[in-house]
Amino acid sequence: MRTARFANLPWHIICWVLGISFLLPLVWMFSTALKPPGLVFETPIRWIPENPRWYNYPQVFEKLPLFSRFFVNTFYVTLMGATGCVLSSLLVGFGLSRINWPGRNAVFGMLIATLMLPGVVTIIPLYIIFRYAQLVGTFYPLWIPAWFGYAFYIFLMRQYMMTLPRELDEAARMDGAANFRILWQIITPLCSPAIATIAIFAFLQHYNDFLGPLLYISANEMFTLQLGLLWFQGRFGNFWHLVMAASVMTIMPVLVLFFTAQKRFVQGIQLTGLAGR
Amino acid sequence: MTASQRRDLRDGILFTLPFVLGALLLWVGPMLYSLVLVVLDWNLITRPDYVGMKNLAKLVDGRDPLFYKSLYNTFYFTFFSVPLQLLAAFGLALLLNQPMKGLGIYRTIFYIPSITPAVAFAVVWIQILNPEWGILNQILGWFGVEPIKWLFDPAFTRPAFVLMSLWLVGPQMIIFLAGLQSVSPELKDAAQIDGANTWQSFLHVTIPAISPIFFFNLVIGVIGSFQVFTNAFIMTRGGPQDSTLFMVLHIYRNAFEWFDMGYAATLAWVLFIIIMIFTVIQFRFARTWVYYESESSN
Repeated sequence: MRTARFANLPWHIICWVLGISFLLPLVWMFSTALKPPGLVFETPIRWIPENPRWYNYPQVFEKLPLFSRFFVNTFYVTLMGATGCVLSSLLVGFGLSRINWPGRNAVFGMLIATLMLPGVVTIIPLYIIFRYAQLVGTFYPLWIPAWFGYAFYIFLMRQYMMTLPRELDEAARMDGAANFRILWQIITPLCSPAIATIAIFAFLQHYNDFLGPLLYISANEMFTLQLGLLWFQGRFGNFWHLVMAASVMTIMPVLVLFFTAQKRFVQGIQLTGLAGR
Repeated sequence: MTASQRRDLRDGILFTLPFVLGALLLWVGPMLYSLVLVVLDWNLITRPDYVGMKNLAKLVDGRDPLFYKSLYNTFYFTFFSVPLQLLAAFGLALLLNQPMKGLGIYRTIFYIPSITPAVAFAVVWIQILNPEWGILNQILGWFGVEPIKWLFDPAFTRPAFVLMSLWLVGPQMIIFLAGLQSVSPELKDAAQIDGANTWQSFLHVTIPAISPIFFFNLVIGVIGSFQVFTNAFIMTRGGPQDSTLFMVLHIYRNAFEWFDMGYAATLAWVLFIIIMIFTVIQFRFARTWVYYESESSN
């Protein structure tokens, strides 16, 4: 037992050093968020503030009362986007896995083709199209695309549905159930792992979206947290303790989600190779 | 066609309609529209003018030196960050593939930076890289390194961006880890019986078995790094001396700061074609080094 422990020692040391380096930015953020203004740039750095200044957090809202509004805006966009991703991937995934029809392979081929297309080429034309539709300056451009379905999520859902036994649908079909009822009453409840994975990644995608709000939102009261944080940093950039308190608040929802659903994260990445942002 | 076949055809079309419509409205349509923009001079306010190949000419004949600068910066970032990210992700996955205690905790720690919202990530790194009081210079100071100006020195901005990208290897690491865990133990045993040592079995069994995963991470990594944008926009605004002016940032500025839609669309097409060429080249070369078990068993 003792020898085994010593044999593992180099491994643990390497992991410790790497782990500390990976956590360093986050720890700096949390620690600075609790410092008084004068001690932010003390060297050598004091990681645990002597008298944690919790007042930094309410002070963010005093300096910028709109900050609470940014939470509401972000959660609205995130909720609409994630709901759209889940519903569209259920519907399309079902059509691509459990209904036999002549055009199925063609549509699936199209899906695979759009999986790897770089989005940069559509940024400008999409902006102009949304502008024609008078939707610039509204939240719609941020979540409408989700309701058409993203290729990655549909692909994930289709792969999952392919693993469910065929007999499930056939029995229901004998009883005269329509496809939509089969999807809703039989398949959807069985797909909860895939639904959870898609919901989590779609949440992250919309919550962390930066370019979308940057292009489409200009009124301050409509800012999402990402834009709001950038704005806050621009206006109160000298108050680093407050900027860090605001940063901590924007990453808290993500951290909470991550720690409650860690298993799904890992599964989701393994299934699709999706990045978290 | 029986009634049930007709019903399935109708339902198949109906169920997949959102995606098909989306592909037409959000991909095919905009891409065609963007091709039209290439021959226009348009600021979104006055009427668009037809200018033929003028946008393309501006890009080729050197009237926009920033284009070449952004091209260089983007290639620099891609050529350094992608291989280093792959190495880092693979190294971490190898560490986590050992039968040790505390794996879950380390996996969590290595993954967390990858889910940090980009603005918060950038804002913290501005401070870490601060020449006077930043932690990075303090740590380097222990090893006798003179303070580096990082984001204020054009020679160090791009290395700083490459360094930051190493904190975001979490997803690639998990994909490698999944691959390592699926390497069949029988193959490794067989290699041991044939007299291979750990290193040889790693080189000749493990590496070929996970080469498809290397390939996947490489392709996705290249596509992503060619489109790097957010950190440069927030942290350096492309500077100093345009050393972090990446292509997407240049496109963004032309379109949404200078409202030169035609030229911006041209730049976007150029970047799109560059990415596609690199993707195709990788798929071509894949045959020489990516090993697929199902193929060789035939």
